[in-house]
Amino acid sequence: MSRQIRRLSFVFALLMVAVLVNITLIQVVNAGDYRDRPGNQRILLAEYDRERGPILVGTDPVARSVETGGTLTYLRRYSNPRLYAPVTGFYSLIYGATGLERTENRILNGRSDIFAVDRIQQLISGRQPVGGAVTTTIDAAAQRAAYLGLRGKKGAVVAIEPATGRILASVQAPSFDPNRLSSHDPNEIRDYYAKLEADPDKPLLNRPVVALNPPGSTFKLVTAAAALSSGRFNPNSVLPGPRTYDLPLSDRELRNWNRQQCGPGGKVTLRDALAISCNTAFAWLGNELGADALREQSELFGFDTSFEIPLRAATSRFPTDPDEPQTALSAIGQYDVRATALQMAMVTAAIGNSGRTMAPYLIQEVRAPDLTILQTTEPEVFADALRPSEALALTEMMVNVVENGTGTNAQIPDVRVAGKTGTAQTGNDRPTVAWFVAFAPAAAPQVAVAVVVEEAGAEEVSGNGLGAPIAKDVIEAVLQRR
Amino acid sequence: MSTTSGTDLFAPEEKPRKKPTRRWVELLLLVLAWGIGLLGTVQIGWVTGEGMTDRLWITAGVVGALALTMHIVIRIWAKYADPILLPVATLLTMLGLLMIYRIDVAAARRADLSDSPAPTPDVYSQLTWYAVATILFVAVLVLLQDHRRLARYTYTFGLAGLVLLVLPLAPVIGTTVNGATLWIRIGDLSFQPAEAAKIFLVIFFAGYLVAKRDSLAVVRTKFLGIELPRPKDLGPLLIAWLISLAVLVFERDLGTSLLFFGLFVAMLYIATQRRTWIFLGGLLFLAGAAAAYYNFSHVRSRVTVWLDPWAYADTGGYQIVQSIFGLANGGVLGAGLGQGFPNLVPFAKTDFIFAALGEEIGITGLFAMVMLYAILIERGLRTAVSVRDAFGQLLAAGLSIVLAIQVFVIIGGVTGLIPLTGLTTPFLSYGGSSLVANWVIVAILLRISDRARRPDTVAPSPDDAMTQVVRTI
Repeated sequence: MSRQIRRLSFVFALLMVAVLVNITLIQVVNAGDYRDRPGNQRILLAEYDRERGPILVGTDPVARSVETGGTLTYLRRYSNPRLYAPVTGFYSLIYGATGLERTENRILNGRSDIFAVDRIQQLISGRQPVGGAVTTTIDAAAQRAAYLGLRGKKGAVVAIEPATGRILASVQAPSFDPNRLSSHDPNEIRDYYAKLEADPDKPLLNRPVVALNPPGSTFKLVTAAAALSSGRFNPNSVLPGPRTYDLPLSDRELRNWNRQQCGPGGKVTLRDALAISCNTAFAWLGNELGADALREQSELFGFDTSFEIPLRAATSRFPTDPDEPQTALSAIGQYDVRATALQMAMVTAAIGNSGRTMAPYLIQEVRAPDLTILQTTEPEVFADALRPSEALALTEMMVNVVENGTGTNAQIPDVRVAGKTGTAQTGNDRPTVAWFVAFAPAAAPQVAVAVVVEEAGAEEVSGNGLGAPIAKDVIEAVLQRR
Repeated sequence: MSTTSGTDLFAPEEKPRKKPTRRWVELLLLVLAWGIGLLGTVQIGWVTGEGMTDRLWITAGVVGALALTMHIVIRIWAKYADPILLPVATLLTMLGLLMIYRIDVAAARRADLSDSPAPTPDVYSQLTWYAVATILFVAVLVLLQDHRRLARYTYTFGLAGLVLLVLPLAPVIGTTVNGATLWIRIGDLSFQPAEAAKIFLVIFFAGYLVAKRDSLAVVRTKFLGIELPRPKDLGPLLIAWLISLAVLVFERDLGTSLLFFGLFVAMLYIATQRRTWIFLGGLLFLAGAAAAYYNFSHVRSRVTVWLDPWAYADTGGYQIVQSIFGLANGGVLGAGLGQGFPNLVPFAKTDFIFAALGEEIGITGLFAMVMLYAILIERGLRTAVSVRDAFGQLLAAGLSIVLAIQVFVIIGGVTGLIPLTGLTTPFLSYGGSSLVANWVIVAILLRISDRARRPDTVAPSPDDAMTQVVRTI
């Protein structure tokens, strides 16, 4: 009988080996495949099982994780969801994450290498990592002022602290409710997402940093800067400013917005040309300086560079190799010139910051779960776009725009505001885009702001009419707080 | 007993003058097992943030005391017993308790978050059953001084086993849970009689086969090179087959049905030393399986799901798919105790406890678990070959086979190797009947191994003499 028992034990050994081989197939060989299978909740649960760190505006957590009783332990909640949506983004079961939720994911979920020390403790204790906190540079008052100003419109506002590049406000309209995309109900998420996708106004588009529009007359600041830095022009230089400018090599002509000539006898100083936003003078100036000079100047302000703030901003463009008529149009921010609100805020901030362009950033600091500061963003110089004297001259010209020119709606009592209006055609028969950029106080600016309103009205005045009041509110919000 | 080679694992050991009892080895291994259990408890306590509460220390103390009790009882009443069986079974029991506690914690946390009343933790009830198992373990070793006494009640055990097997079908007390009629319920106590039945029937099979094996071994005809027994000797096999089918049909319990038939065929083969019985058993199994597949939807669905669980991931395949997800998440080292999601797998405390463990201890841990089972079964089979009486051999082999089939069927089932059937995972699964029954198996194996290794001469039983007769034929 022993022999039979031995044979049977051999059979059982084979069966055990079969079991072990099968377990190896599941746990090692095919494990990766199984992890990615639809219906496997574990990766998600692991992510939702940890308390995700908050995103802070000042000390106010605008995105935080709250415990639920459901299968998914933590739910992401956004206070003021629409206000901060362009900053926080969403954190969705189905559509992944956007905004800081995406770029700072490893900080927020506690898996970043900067938590190495904590990680060792966690390894020993076997505890789940807890996420770090991300503090933004956003100024709540500025953000709110911009948001209220844009209500009912379509567009974006970006405000920057000129001396540092800190982004004080980043607002879009229309916005969306990240709470509804970050819920635990897949049907609700899908329905809401489909609705947002179908909306022709594209609420999911992060307008402040990715929407590219022709900057129109606000680009005259770049052209003026190029003129000043060329050494050939000063604010008092007299430029031809006729009623129309015959585009070279073509039979088309370019008109001023008010269809008038810019000064007596068609002559206008650079200062006045900026104040009344004289198209013909700037078109002439563009060809006088040349496309390369304009491009160079624009690139010193940040054009043709892709910024990660850490949200990836769309790259603003100055056209490559334009011919003369195209250069003329480019000089007044038309043709193929495209800029984000962020980019125009940078141009404005650089002028206010004695000509020094600062790299923009949205994250002030990163804190560990125990609130010790792990990382602080230091301001970084991007480029010196203008000499201080040239910047000062341009600043005075911009003050003149607000005090005597097209930007009067941005006037603030007892504060010298430097600004520039803009209106751009986005194409034939396409709605215009109204711009307003400004910084204040002119002598030592605390905030530079760019407002873009899409599908505005027709005329140059729309920059003043639609944009300037919003810029003014944002500036006041920042100045009053300090 | 003949051996084929000198280095055979199962060769009976040489009999020295003074046999070491190896009780200190047992104690050392037991302490080691307890230490592993304690470390696991500490880890879960730490992960959940509760730390080692007094309650956990008391629990660990009680588990240690129970194990020590068994050890002391062995020292007194089964001095020469195998020193490996107790520590291995204890470690498996502790890992089961650990996993049940861990799932309790997850359930309590969930309930707390959703403001629903906290579920009753199962770990304390399992601990109580472990205590009951200890009492029966002690009772077996103290009352059963010689396993051969069991042979006197062969038919009593047979009848009792059969009654227990069909008891869930009885009105009033029979209970159907999740489609299978496996339980009887008397008041608040529910009991799975098949667990006791498997021991009774092993005793019955052993006693019956010792008596009948010579006639069952007689070869009358050869057909296509296969030795066939006399038709009248086919009776017992057919009866066992029919009973197994009845269990399958009326109690809808595929696992138990498979277990009994497989056990009977294996024991028949050992007793008669004729491969014919395996062949005939296999044929009957295939016939039964085919008939069941075509006639019973619950059997058919098990097979369809087994063939492609992913196609039924939301319905019939949900359990197995969740089990595989859990195992895959465990990977090589596992998520760590308390850090996986074993509660996502249905029946994580019972049928799927092996998969739940696999998620947290990884393939490293599961290999160790399978090895523990392999050691347990191997020690049981080794006991079988080393004991001198035929009844003891069959009994020890039968009990080991019960463990082996159960381990293979349930672990193979939850990992998708074979169709899923609802057997308990020995020592691990939550459930008193199973835990107590498996500990009684260990007690009987210890008793037989003590007999086998005991140096004092034991008068050969008449059965042994008959063995010799058969051999010489």
